[in-house]
Amino acid sequence: MDLKDLYRDIILDHNRHPKNFGQLDPCDSTTHGNNPLCGDRLTLTLRLEGDRVSDIRFEGKGCAISIASASLMTEAVKGKDDLAIKHLSDLVHHMLTAHGETSAPPAELGKLAALAGVREYPARVKCASLCWHALDAALKHRANNLGETAIGCAAVSTE
Amino acid sequence: MNARPAEIPYDVARIRADFPVLSTTTRGKRLAFLDSAASAQRPLAVIEAVDRYERTSHANVHRGVYQLSQKATDAFEGARERVRRFINAASLKEVIFTRGATESINLVAQSWGQRLGPSDEILITWMEHHANIVPWQMLCERTGATLKVAPINRRGELDIEAFRALLSPHTKLVAFTQVSNVLGTVLPIKDMIAAARSVGALTLLDGAQAVAHQRVDMQALGCDFYVFSSHKLYGPTGIGVLWAREAILREMPPWQGGGDMILTVRFSGTTYNELPYRFEAGTPNISGAVGLAAAMDYLDSLGIERAHTHEQRLLALATVACHSIDGLQIIGEAKEKSGVISFVVEGVHAHDLGTILDDEGVAVRTGHHCAMPLMEFFGVPATLRVSFGCYSNDEDIDQLVRALGRAREVFG
Ligand SMILES: Cc1ncc(COP(=O)(O)O)c(C=O)c1O
Repeated sequence: MDLKDLYRDIILDHNRHPKNFGQLDPCDSTTHGNNPLCGDRLTLTLRLEGDRVSDIRFEGKGCAISIASASLMTEAVKGKDDLAIKHLSDLVHHMLTAHGETSAPPAELGKLAALAGVREYPARVKCASLCWHALDAALKHRANNLGETAIGCAAVSTE
Repeated sequence: MNARPAEIPYDVARIRADFPVLSTTTRGKRLAFLDSAASAQRPLAVIEAVDRYERTSHANVHRGVYQLSQKATDAFEGARERVRRFINAASLKEVIFTRGATESINLVAQSWGQRLGPSDEILITWMEHHANIVPWQMLCERTGATLKVAPINRRGELDIEAFRALLSPHTKLVAFTQVSNVLGTVLPIKDMIAAARSVGALTLLDGAQAVAHQRVDMQALGCDFYVFSSHKLYGPTGIGVLWAREAILREMPPWQGGGDMILTVRFSGTTYNELPYRFEAGTPNISGAVGLAAAMDYLDSLGIERAHTHEQRLLALATVACHSIDGLQIIGEAKEKSGVISFVVEGVHAHDLGTILDDEGVAVRTGHHCAMPLMEFFGVPATLRVSFGCYSNDEDIDQLVRALGRAREVFG
């Protein structure tokens, strides 16, 4: 297991120059994701056309894994509908948590497969999945347009 | 105390051999364990004492007439005496076993705290661990009392004038840490206790980060409550201590109800047990107490002052090394510090840094360290924290510096 498997160039690139960074105004749905463990915070704004995400942006502060993951995610889901996003989200979660797995992630993940290295660092799974939880909440809350997603807080607050 | 003669150098290699985990590897690298402030490692003496107890002496305490139960009771009460001696408490009645510092503080908040009302105030500092914030917030919610917070300066030192100004006859309790778990700041506890006393307030001292690094003496400190956890003192988890003056404990209502804390139970009314048992409902952590006693023996055999001197040398060495690293900023530069260094590195998030260090075998804490208000004060979401124990050595620091160099390579 090499560190370079976690911090691949594509991850470092997306961290340095995140895609779809900023906020959509106006937007159809927004969520705030919050990972108290490391203080990661991000805000997603979405434009929706029917059940399709026509545009998406994120803004926030966090570690390289969380920023790169959000950047890659916005690229991957733009233009996709609910069903396709759900499918992608499941694949990503499976990839991130497949500790000890050595086979390559499914080809349909595309660039998202760059996050496969996370599976060897269980403490970092929450960093990579924060944006996906936030997206899930944004799609669920599209009617009432809100929601703060706090993940990863249950097990981490003592020392 | 059997401190070794001062001329024999502190033999850290021999001490390291007492801690089995230090000779293990992590991710194929030598383990540089620099997270003792979160939880210290256990020496063989502790592991074996617990093992021996489990193999030869376990039964429930204070109950059976049979010999084995008596052995367990002797071991448990023997541990209480060991703690009493370690902190120089006046009496065994003042030594209450809890699950740790957190539970000790909650005990005080829930039992002693019942006397508070809307005009009362509790004063803490900006440097507290959540364990010394949240129980008081909860208490204030229940009683209508007010929680006040004494500010700190950018170096991470208490603003003692502001602290004094916040004290008033309304202040009923001042609760503060002896050493900051995030910054390493050693607080001016003598002045703080004296100031609190001058307005008639009681004081609770959170000794979680202090007991393993300096001798604490309940007769000399002058505080009213003192709390700590065994696991930061090279002992097992799940056990800790509340010390309080007997006169105060006598006035405190029972906390949890159950076995061991009662004398007689009738449906028409129950009478409570003597101190300290009145505050120890249910079967206690017997093996934990045995392990804690063994840890105190171990630390005394090392000489706590000698360990402290060693840790201070490492602190100075590591501070200089940190200053030489590009973009590294130390958070907390108080004049008097314990063996703790928090820092951030420009352009690399603390969490990424933690992972890279882990890959190099360096175990450090990353995050908010259960002190979110403090993180907010310094305007950082998270820091890395390096902390030393009696077994830490120069090689640990070298490995840390190399690993930080590696982070620069990765992040450019
Ligand atoms: C200053 C301080 N107080 C309280 C605690 C809580 O200790 P425990 O979790 O063992 O109850 C800690 C633990 O990190 C601490 O550093």
